[in-house]
Amino acid sequence: MISQILREGFKNKTFLAGTIIILTMTIIAALAGVITNYSYDEINISNALVKPNLQHLFGTDQLGRDLFTRVVYGARIALRVGFIAVVIETFIGVTLGLLAGYYGGRIEKVILFITDLTWSMPPIILALAIVTMLGPSINNVIIAIAIVSWAQFTRVVRAKTQSIKNLPYIEAARAFGENDFDIILRYILPNIVPSIIVISTLALPSAIMATTALGFLGLGAQPPTPDWGVILSEGITYINKASWISIFPGIAIVSIVVGFNLLGEGLRDVLDPRLKV
Amino acid sequence: MNDLLEYTIRRLIQGIFVVIVVTAILFIIMQMMPGDPIQLISSPRVSQEKIDELKELWGLDKPILVQYFYWISNLLRGDFGRSITTGQKVIDLLKSRLPYTLMLSGSALLINYIIAIPLGLLAAYKKDTILDKVLVIITVIFRAIPDFWLGILLIIIFSVSLKLLPVSGYSGLESLVLPLLTMTLPYLASILRLTRSEVLEVIREKHVSTAYAKGLKMKVVLIKHILRNALIPVTVMFFLSFPWLIGGSVIVESIFAWPGMGRLLWKAISTQDFPIVQGIIFIIALLTVTCNTAGDILTAFLDPRIRAEMKGERT
Repeated sequence: MISQILREGFKNKTFLAGTIIILTMTIIAALAGVITNYSYDEINISNALVKPNLQHLFGTDQLGRDLFTRVVYGARIALRVGFIAVVIETFIGVTLGLLAGYYGGRIEKVILFITDLTWSMPPIILALAIVTMLGPSINNVIIAIAIVSWAQFTRVVRAKTQSIKNLPYIEAARAFGENDFDIILRYILPNIVPSIIVISTLALPSAIMATTALGFLGLGAQPPTPDWGVILSEGITYINKASWISIFPGIAIVSIVVGFNLLGEGLRDVLDPRLKV
Repeated sequence: MNDLLEYTIRRLIQGIFVVIVVTAILFIIMQMMPGDPIQLISSPRVSQEKIDELKELWGLDKPILVQYFYWISNLLRGDFGRSITTGQKVIDLLKSRLPYTLMLSGSALLINYIIAIPLGLLAAYKKDTILDKVLVIITVIFRAIPDFWLGILLIIIFSVSLKLLPVSGYSGLESLVLPLLTMTLPYLASILRLTRSEVLEVIREKHVSTAYAKGLKMKVVLIKHILRNALIPVTVMFFLSFPWLIGGSVIVESIFAWPGMGRLLWKAISTQDFPIVQGIIFIIALLTVTCNTAGDILTAFLDPRIRAEMKGERT
């Protein structure tokens, strides 16, 4: 499958553009220590609110910290939080989707009711409620995002499982005495993996946006963590004097989100063109 | 038509059930949270007897499910309790804040649709021309801009640099412009995208080719055969996106210091004022489930294929 993705993917401009953006962002995040000359939390009041210049590409913030360094380290947080949250929500959503689709009946009803519950509230409000209960921290943001977003996987995986489970080759496997666990894992799941990859990729930008939104509201990462949302919420106080604090982290968010959206849509064109997300 | 009625009733019952379960879960979890509301408001010198008395007065000594039923039956009588921090009645706070939120999200929703549908149609009809490509690129960008950053950018452009519009608060219609733009642009992009892709999908269908082949005029085909089908998901989206806008209002209202419900929720969360948080969450859950249910029923009403599926499901 990987060679198929690569072969067809590089003919697809959307996929190519997304890959380049995300690869660049990942390399920047990985080499944060090499690229930057400052520490992201070292305070230097005498150097506060310096305009962007050659020493400080993005300027400095209200505490004299180099904004470029903070934005670069912020990429690490965004990628890590987004990635972990999406892995968790994929696992929950796919498992429940497989169970609901394969067994049907009462199990399906219960699972569908739980997905209905998560949809009974706008995602950001539900995430706010969860973070309020658990307390503001990066880990709790991950939990909140996972709880809010798993249901979209369940919906798609359930529908796909239903359409596959009665195909002749599955019946053949059953006739050969394979148990349910093996049928689900070895016969059904591999057919759904392409759709799962597409949905996961498209779930990443939403997870990153939610992280920064919670950080912005003061309910996610806490200062001095260089989370992009946290930097933006600090910058809003200085919006008259130092608008650069409010501009650069936003550009970073938009780039990473556009990158993942393009990558996801490109993957969909290659892997599962009829999937609606 | 009877199927439709039955479906409607079933969806309504299901909706009520969902609201009850969701609010119960949230209520129970909120009560289990660290931080006793009585300790929050009383000093350590208050005697244990007085505390017990207060607990009994507020029903805090009862089992949690009983407390939930007290709470919900009070809600139905319009009694949302009192704010822990200010002592104001929550219902009064909501009454004064909700109109501002509805004004903002309601007008954002209307403006979205008035602009997005014609543009989406245009983009689909002029597919692969420069106009279509420009519109698509704009939607890709706007979908990627988080609403809070869009708000900040608009403040930088219109308030800080151009000094045209007030930064925050509510002082007449001028203050509505920036929050409204912040709420409109990202959703407008999604609706435009949805309209475009739905129209493109319907155009490919056989009945449209047939209509052309019959020699019908372009306009007739466009309105009777394409729009009528393509707009079903778009219309349903109208209901589904309203709760999203209300959710987004938390962020937008916080940035612009808009005196609405979203900002009240944010403040209540940071001061751990649970009666307010519970009240607002109840209202939002009610709104969301109402909109979702309306969306589902409307789909069934508009789309004969779904009705056929419903019949199939029953037999």
